[in-house]
Amino acid sequence: MPILEGEGVTKYFGGLAAVSNVDFHVDEGEIIGLIGPNGAGKTTLFNLISAALVPKPGTIKFKGKNITGMKPYRICRMGVARTFQSVKIFANISVLDNVRLGSYFGKSPGLSSADATREAGEALEFVELSAMSATPARDLTLANQKRLEVARALATGPELLMLDELMAGLNATEVAQAMELVKKIRDRGITIVMIEHVMKAIMNVCDRIMVLHHGEKIAEGTPQEIATSDRVIEVYLGEQANA
Amino acid sequence: MVSRDMDITRFTSKGFFIPGLISLVILIGLATLPIYGSLYNVVLVTSILMYIILTVSWVLFSGPTGYMSLATAAFFGVGIYASALFLPTTGAVLPVLVVVLIGGLASSIIALGVGALTLRLRGIYFAIFTFGLVVLIMELLNWWELSVSHLLGRYVMLVDNNVIFYTMLGIFVLIMLTSFFIRRSKFGLAMRSIGENEEAASHIGINVTMVKVITFAISAFFMGATGAIWATKLTYINPHVAFNILFSFMPVLMAIFGGMGQIYGPVIGAAIFAYLQETLQTEFPYYYMLIFGIILVLAILYLPNGLVGLVQNLWKRRPGGQHADT
Repeated sequence: MPILEGEGVTKYFGGLAAVSNVDFHVDEGEIIGLIGPNGAGKTTLFNLISAALVPKPGTIKFKGKNITGMKPYRICRMGVARTFQSVKIFANISVLDNVRLGSYFGKSPGLSSADATREAGEALEFVELSAMSATPARDLTLANQKRLEVARALATGPELLMLDELMAGLNATEVAQAMELVKKIRDRGITIVMIEHVMKAIMNVCDRIMVLHHGEKIAEGTPQEIATSDRVIEVYLGEQANA
Repeated sequence: MVSRDMDITRFTSKGFFIPGLISLVILIGLATLPIYGSLYNVVLVTSILMYIILTVSWVLFSGPTGYMSLATAAFFGVGIYASALFLPTTGAVLPVLVVVLIGGLASSIIALGVGALTLRLRGIYFAIFTFGLVVLIMELLNWWELSVSHLLGRYVMLVDNNVIFYTMLGIFVLIMLTSFFIRRSKFGLAMRSIGENEEAASHIGINVTMVKVITFAISAFFMGATGAIWATKLTYINPHVAFNILFSFMPVLMAIFGGMGQIYGPVIGAAIFAYLQETLQTEFPYYYMLIFGIILVLAILYLPNGLVGLVQNLWKRRPGGQHADT
């Protein structure tokens, strides 16, 4: 049974269909890449899954349970965590407390203070930010802020983690480190859906890729299939000249 | 980094004992005030305590969440009317403490309802709505008194000054303890995260609506309770006296004046502010608003983090001050 399923997921902004009749499924333990040109509806789809937005029409199921229309905090407690395209850390709160908030509130039933602190410490160690526990989150570099967001999401104990452009704005070394991190998270048994523009990363770490264009799913398959798909090349590079 | 961590732990363990001791001394000093102080002092401290309670309870909600509430006067006024209903001059219907409790509960019930409806409004919209709430309740009551009950105002029975003082002191101790424990709890941390980024807070499992509404109601409880006991000092009330919009703005100004970064910031701000107000009003009855205004403008221009921020800056700057090298 897939861990996450979407049926006919649609979202209109005014007259514009940001996401239009998209069916998808994510199997347990997979790393799924979500790609597409700017404005294709990738982040909107993320927002629909994490319940920041409600699909209309369409249903989304997590572990076979319909989660359409639930509040974001409940979806998080069920085991779906996410990061944001523009980092949304708690800037004036210490790194440790940022993560501790995740372990306090992200699970039901909640953790005791000691357990939450211990789990937050482990999550920070996992993303290699332990040395900065006491620093206010605003003082971190962008790459570290993104790691902090991942740690905070992991602290909520997710079974499914959604990463929205984890690698955007990072330099080559940092991208390599981020790719390692993604694989490490998968090795912990967490299913991952990631939006990414860094093709090298997508092709390297993903088991399967979905391509969105103008809100519609236009292709799906293994990295090789996607890289050689005419439709995808057309969308990214424009139509081939008739020469 | 390591030395900094150690600095923080040393600071908190030391910083626990001394403030606790100071608080205890101040509390004993206050509790024994009616024994050694004059009646004037008791009355003055009562009104200073009233302002401190309003300010601290305003900060309890608006400080960490960043939702600027101007509803203080509404909750305060509801408390005042609770006294008018249950403590008329014809004789107390209920004991004073019970009325104080009713004032607080009525306010927090209103806060629960209003909060659930409006806490989705952000920024200036929330501020304007809460401001409107004060005017709405005032005008509704005004209409009710004129056309239904045919009363222009109501009289509240006289209560002994010491009773008022000790009730106020009791509420003060309760709000300080409440603030202190909420600040240190995971609930307080959740409130701060809402102020920092509400969307992210909701996506890491925080029921943001519940956290906001509950805190709003707790803060309203103390405002209402204070209003109920304050009413016995006013003796005559009408909707315009009870729902004076000044009580919405004063806590905000006092909190900014004192600085909201530390728990004692709003307390110090409110205490100095209220004392200034009382003395300026008696010493310079014609110029007091002018002097008051100038002090306020200067404070906002030159003390962005309030009095407490100023003291902390000076503390850091002194030779060999803590973190002087960072």
